[in-house]
Amino acid sequence: MEIPYTVSTRPDTGLWNAKVGIWLFLASEVMLFGGLFSAYIFLRLDAPPGMWPHGLLNVPVGTMNTAILILSSVTVVLAWAALKMRRYRAYWWYMLATISCGVIFLTVKLAYEWPQKFEHFGAYIKPEALGKYEQYLGNKHAAEKDLPPRLEITGHLHNRAALNDPNIKEYEVALDPLNADPTNPAMDRPHFFPLPVTDKIAKIEKEDVERATMFLPTHSAYFASYFTITGLHGMHVLGGVLVFIYMWLPVSKKLYQRNPEHLANRVEVAGLFWHFVDLIWIFVFPLFYLL
Amino acid sequence: MDAATSLETHPHAAEHEHHELGWWRKYIFSTDHKVIGIQYGFTGLIFLFFGFSLMMLMRWQLAYPGQALPEIGKFLPHIFGPNTMPDGKMTPDFYNSLGAMHGTIMVFLGIVPLAFAAFGNFVVPLQIGAPDMAFPKVNMASYWAVFVGGIVMLTSFFVPGGAAKSGWTSYVPLAAVADTGPGHLPIFNGQTLWLIGFIFLITSSLLGAINFIATIIQLRAKGLTWMRLPFFVWAQFVTAFLLLLAFPPLEAGIIMQLMDRVAATSFFMPAGLVVNGAAMQISGGGSPLLWQHLFWFLAHPEVYVLILPGMGIVAEILANNSRKPLWGYKSLVFSVLTIGFLSFIVWAHHMWLTGMGSAVSAFFQTTTLIISIPSVIILSAFFISLWGGSIRFTVPMLFATAFLPMFGIGGLTGIPLAFNSADLYLHDTYYVIAHFHYIVAPGTIFALFAGIYYWFPKATGRKMNNFWGKVHFWPTLICMNVIFLPMFLQGMLGMHRRWYDGGQGWTLSGEHVWGLTGFQWNTPISWAAWIMGLAQIPFIINFFWSIKHGKKVNDNPWEATTLEWTAPSPPPHGNFITAPIAYRGPYEYSLPGRDRDYTMQNEPVEPSERVRRKTAEPVLV
Repeated sequence: MEIPYTVSTRPDTGLWNAKVGIWLFLASEVMLFGGLFSAYIFLRLDAPPGMWPHGLLNVPVGTMNTAILILSSVTVVLAWAALKMRRYRAYWWYMLATISCGVIFLTVKLAYEWPQKFEHFGAYIKPEALGKYEQYLGNKHAAEKDLPPRLEITGHLHNRAALNDPNIKEYEVALDPLNADPTNPAMDRPHFFPLPVTDKIAKIEKEDVERATMFLPTHSAYFASYFTITGLHGMHVLGGVLVFIYMWLPVSKKLYQRNPEHLANRVEVAGLFWHFVDLIWIFVFPLFYLL
Repeated sequence: MDAATSLETHPHAAEHEHHELGWWRKYIFSTDHKVIGIQYGFTGLIFLFFGFSLMMLMRWQLAYPGQALPEIGKFLPHIFGPNTMPDGKMTPDFYNSLGAMHGTIMVFLGIVPLAFAAFGNFVVPLQIGAPDMAFPKVNMASYWAVFVGGIVMLTSFFVPGGAAKSGWTSYVPLAAVADTGPGHLPIFNGQTLWLIGFIFLITSSLLGAINFIATIIQLRAKGLTWMRLPFFVWAQFVTAFLLLLAFPPLEAGIIMQLMDRVAATSFFMPAGLVVNGAAMQISGGGSPLLWQHLFWFLAHPEVYVLILPGMGIVAEILANNSRKPLWGYKSLVFSVLTIGFLSFIVWAHHMWLTGMGSAVSAFFQTTTLIISIPSVIILSAFFISLWGGSIRFTVPMLFATAFLPMFGIGGLTGIPLAFNSADLYLHDTYYVIAHFHYIVAPGTIFALFAGIYYWFPKATGRKMNNFWGKVHFWPTLICMNVIFLPMFLQGMLGMHRRWYDGGQGWTLSGEHVWGLTGFQWNTPISWAAWIMGLAQIPFIINFFWSIKHGKKVNDNPWEATTLEWTAPSPPPHGNFITAPIAYRGPYEYSLPGRDRDYTMQNEPVEPSERVRRKTAEPVLV
């Protein structure tokens, strides 16, 4: 006996095997990301006032990446439709477009967004020293406007050596616009287009600092969740791209010539996965970039 | 099909197979569900025995705290390293490693591979009349993932500092700071390897679960409608859903704990944590309670993952050996589905002591008590199934009938733990150990033994020896109870489950039970554990001896009704010579007006029968 319903559908369920398989897999993926998003909610609700940063991510770049992923979800459906119509050339081009979108997304994430964060620096000021740095924090202004307290000074670290060298007693930071001009009402809310780091340099004494790191996962619960969730999402994108490349290479053309419906089924299954990856991003984007 | 046809067809099928695949592809990197099932079975049994051995070591320390373990204690340091048992005396760290790894190995590398993956793989496709699993390659990947996970877990015993020692629950922040600092390597330390190994085990379970569900939905034989499925298939179906949906949140937790250890994040680390007198250089802002939620969101359904396949096996064997249909088939099916659903909303009853708040506790207490209803329905249906049957006390039946009271004790003693007021006292005492082990040790493990004796003829074409089966059964049953019954007493006397000295250095309730104090009860318990270890020797010898020399039997030695017994023993690649068709339900024993007392699922319904049973045309898909 051979395994039935690998390509054709079973009459009473109306499905072929892999389609059942991928929906089950996606159900488990929902639970995986559900667990991570629940953790995000848990940590965010637990965060003391001022300890959950806002506006640290690059919204226009994130928006662009969102658009790219949505576009790739469209092209993968077109690729599948082309296969169903037995137009292999069109399939090939749509698949190439899908792969390219995935690669662009990953490149933006790994070569631009993440490294930009690794270059950024933040120092949490000890509660007793907050007054000393009022000119950078503007906590009085924040209290008047009913904004959460500002506990951290961020920007570009000029003396990188200070991070590891105990002999250097202070951090020299080129300030972010908020810390450069904290009482400016324009700084009360994050900007859609991120403002560049200013030339204004602040000297922060190490003994006033609770904790100072670059924007790494260890920086805060926020960045820990950001890097973990986007990292896991990125791995899913990478997995999807690799599968698409396999389906786009000549080896799959052989399958097409032998059994085009089989290849169409494979593309459908991979496409479902791809839509799911896209959907996860639709949650990631507002949670980390906007809210 | 009778034995003659199978003997005729089988060698031919094997020959045919030989031309296609080499030895490696056929027996090691096989995609055949039966080979994979057997691989899982061996892996599970080996880990089960290994995990039990860890416990036998701990029992020495509990019964004779601080004394040198004779003979074995001398060479153990050569295997596990000098800091584990210097001069045969167990160190606290090694004791903690043994405890944590006993739990992890028994649950995730012993019972899940054996109960779910081995029996599921071998039996389910045969019972539903399928040629194989829906995704044979995924199936192979799933086995090799568990294999790698097991190797990683075993490796962790030999890295500096030894294996994970924060309990099988790996509660943070303890687990997050364990095995770090001087004397430990960055990745190759016990707790980090535990996490990495776990990711492989989870991957394996997820792949397996997807495969099982897809197989049951898609590959049922013609005529095998949902309500004609053997109860074992239903149990595996629900189990697969539990694994599929409960494991990923723990995987999320594992990833986060791994990040905490490797990337210095603070998912589970509160601010202001001081370890060894020094403030930790972390951001804080994490929540230890979050880990417990994620862990128990898996680990409670996991308990049902451990028990449901066992119940499925017992159901098959009870019906077969009482020679009458399983009582209340529909109630059983709906109960198992209800358990599956409810098991997702009871997890926080493991966390009464965390101070979640009374509203949360009240909710979980209610759901926990509700879930006992379907469990009781299942057990009652099993008992009633025996009523008026002509019972054959075969070896599988001995184990299956022993399962019933053992599981009953385990289940009923869980009810005091479900009430959070009673649990405040019993939490983390030996009472909890006794309750849990009554469910999985004389419960699930008995069901697994029953299943091994029952399906052994299908896998090999030979029966295991009856006499040695009984020699295996009786001491195991007695020892199990000598081990676990006194633990209820110890728990109620106040003995904490994690004490390294077995309670010697603590003041327990002064009561003597049968002349022994709580601490003194450790000695008979430990001896029973060691004797039970010896009692497994007849099983091991019987098992291997019977593969080659057991009594040859026909394709249906137990005169059973389900489809797996229509295939040749052992079934060839592709299982069935012709696609089977199911015409009737799974347990048509002692049908009136028949020559034999069993009617197999693939026997067509005769016209006379149709009138009597008031059924319309046979349902065919």
